[in-house]
Amino acid sequence: MTEPVIEVRGLNKHFNIGGGFFSKPNDVVRAVDNISFDVMRGESFGIVGESGSGKTTLGRCMMQIIKPSSGSVKFHGTDLVGADQKTLRQIWQAIRMVFQDPQSSLNPRLRVIDLIGQSISKAEGLKGAALADRVSELLTKVGLRPEFLHRYPNAFSGGQRQRLGIARALATNPEVIIADEAVSALDVSIQAQTLNLLKDLQEQYALTYIFVAHDLAVVEHFCDRIAVMYLGQIVELSTTTDLFQNPKHPYTRALLEAVPIPDPRARKPRRLKGEAIPIVASKGCRFSPRCPHATDMCRETVPTTRKIDGADVLCHYAGDI
Amino acid sequence: MMPLTPMPTEPLVEMRGLKTHFHTDDGVVKAVEGVDLDIYPNRTLCVLGESGCGKSIMARSIMRIVDAPGRIVEGSIQYRSAEGSIVDLAKVRHGSRQLRQIRGQDIAMIFQEPMSSLGPIQKIGQQIAETISLHRDVSRKEAKEIAIEMLDKVGIPRPRERFESYPFELSGGMRQRAMIAMALSCQPRLLIADEPTTALDVTTQAQILDLIAELKEEFEMGVMLITHDLGVVAQVAEDVAVMYMGKVVEKGDVYSIFERPQHPYTRALLESVPKIGGEKRDRLPAIRGMVPHPLARPTGCTFRTRCDHFMPGICDVNEPAMVDIGDSQAACFLHLEKTHD
Repeated sequence: MTEPVIEVRGLNKHFNIGGGFFSKPNDVVRAVDNISFDVMRGESFGIVGESGSGKTTLGRCMMQIIKPSSGSVKFHGTDLVGADQKTLRQIWQAIRMVFQDPQSSLNPRLRVIDLIGQSISKAEGLKGAALADRVSELLTKVGLRPEFLHRYPNAFSGGQRQRLGIARALATNPEVIIADEAVSALDVSIQAQTLNLLKDLQEQYALTYIFVAHDLAVVEHFCDRIAVMYLGQIVELSTTTDLFQNPKHPYTRALLEAVPIPDPRARKPRRLKGEAIPIVASKGCRFSPRCPHATDMCRETVPTTRKIDGADVLCHYAGDI
Repeated sequence: MMPLTPMPTEPLVEMRGLKTHFHTDDGVVKAVEGVDLDIYPNRTLCVLGESGCGKSIMARSIMRIVDAPGRIVEGSIQYRSAEGSIVDLAKVRHGSRQLRQIRGQDIAMIFQEPMSSLGPIQKIGQQIAETISLHRDVSRKEAKEIAIEMLDKVGIPRPRERFESYPFELSGGMRQRAMIAMALSCQPRLLIADEPTTALDVTTQAQILDLIAELKEEFEMGVMLITHDLGVVAQVAEDVAVMYMGKVVEKGDVYSIFERPQHPYTRALLESVPKIGGEKRDRLPAIRGMVPHPLARPTGCTFRTRCDHFMPGICDVNEPAMVDIGDSQAACFLHLEKTHD
């Protein structure tokens, strides 16, 4: 059995909204609401959800880019929440992020050698020709030509920029990569190339991925286990096969139904009505206003996560409906 | 399986040899390079392709809203009006009364980003009512009532209250609906939708696609939907056209395209997307390389640089013409060979 690399326990991030400088906030958005899970060594852990579900905030809270309100995020036993800058810097070498938009996450004024080399020279003190060699090696690993060393990011296409982002993440020999919508902005053919590259790198360097995405087909292809988020909570956490073959939470089912299948003979009526509204009364299940199975109990009592056939499900009726 | 809508006899729009080029300092970008396509009433034509293949510019050419330095350099866009007269949209003068009347009234367009067609400082209801007053002979009060009715039709809750909302007060999905309400307020005969659901969540996307399909049936509207999402195409299209580097490389009805794709590019596109519930594959069969730079168009067949069936001496010498293969048409020498035999 593999051991957990990252353990998240009771993680919360609440944002106050409304209210003025002197007045009290009107409301609280629970962007990340009491989330706990483990990420095992060498696995690809998917986090899916629609916009506003808190998946990006969760990733950033884990990295302490956004300070969580409470809870803990342990990396090999060391808690990142409340850790000092020195410890954080070390952990940031071991856990790296790749973002959705390589256009805005790569500094346009830095050449490739500086973009990728920065963290290497900081961590290992490499300079000059040795540094150039390391960066060229990284470029080759992500399928870019080493001649690109002295170019600026704007000389690259979207797919190539995403490869630069991946090369930068790899520069510090990380254990874990958090990929936040890393392939969402790419065309299908480039998306397939990038997913293949990530898989190859995982095999080569025994990487652990936390893969945040909204595209369910991509997540099914890429991940071993998946957490489905709705309005700040994990409503279902299960293995990929189980989640797709036997979804237990009504929201997971609705989400799977809404995905357009690339087969014209599989046209189907689907229909989840309404929209996710981030501020909800603390009473009851958050999905109950849109849930086709909701009863008075759902509207009154907050559900707790239960284990059903190996899956963690946040629903009063999971397993019965 | 949904029954195929019977093919109406006369197309709404016939594009023939359409070329839209951008004359830049670095050279001529051939964004649309000889497109022949028909759009029929009460049918949805999906235009599929990766970014940079010219699908948006083709759509904008129909509306005549291509930004400078781009312009239509060749070809025709024959539009058949409700009275049966035929107008060549490629030749209509910019800013002419005829063009303004067709645009908005006969042909409406919706975009990926609703804020590109909604003004930020005017209430959405007013914007829709204004469009109605411009194109239809109604009083201000009637225009308001029609606008509220449209808001209701596109599934915006409490339309009378929402009439008074500003765009920033609405969520992305609701804004998209408001834009659709505006586009449909004059009951256009053709709706051009350029990636209308790309920025939306899947559950909202499903609602918007359903809405467009319902309204299409109700008004017998022709729809041209531009997308790169194969799932969306399979769900809503009757006809499909696949574009690559400014050309239509394959077209046909949705079943032919998905079940018997003829062009290597279409096949590769279909294979490269992960499918839910599909067989587990470690690697996706990706198309190698990337779309060439628009100023460096390959000679002959433009797809040959990425094609697994590249035949030296054939594909790089001549441009393949469209040939009929069963129910679809494809521009590829693999099929030309067969028809010659």
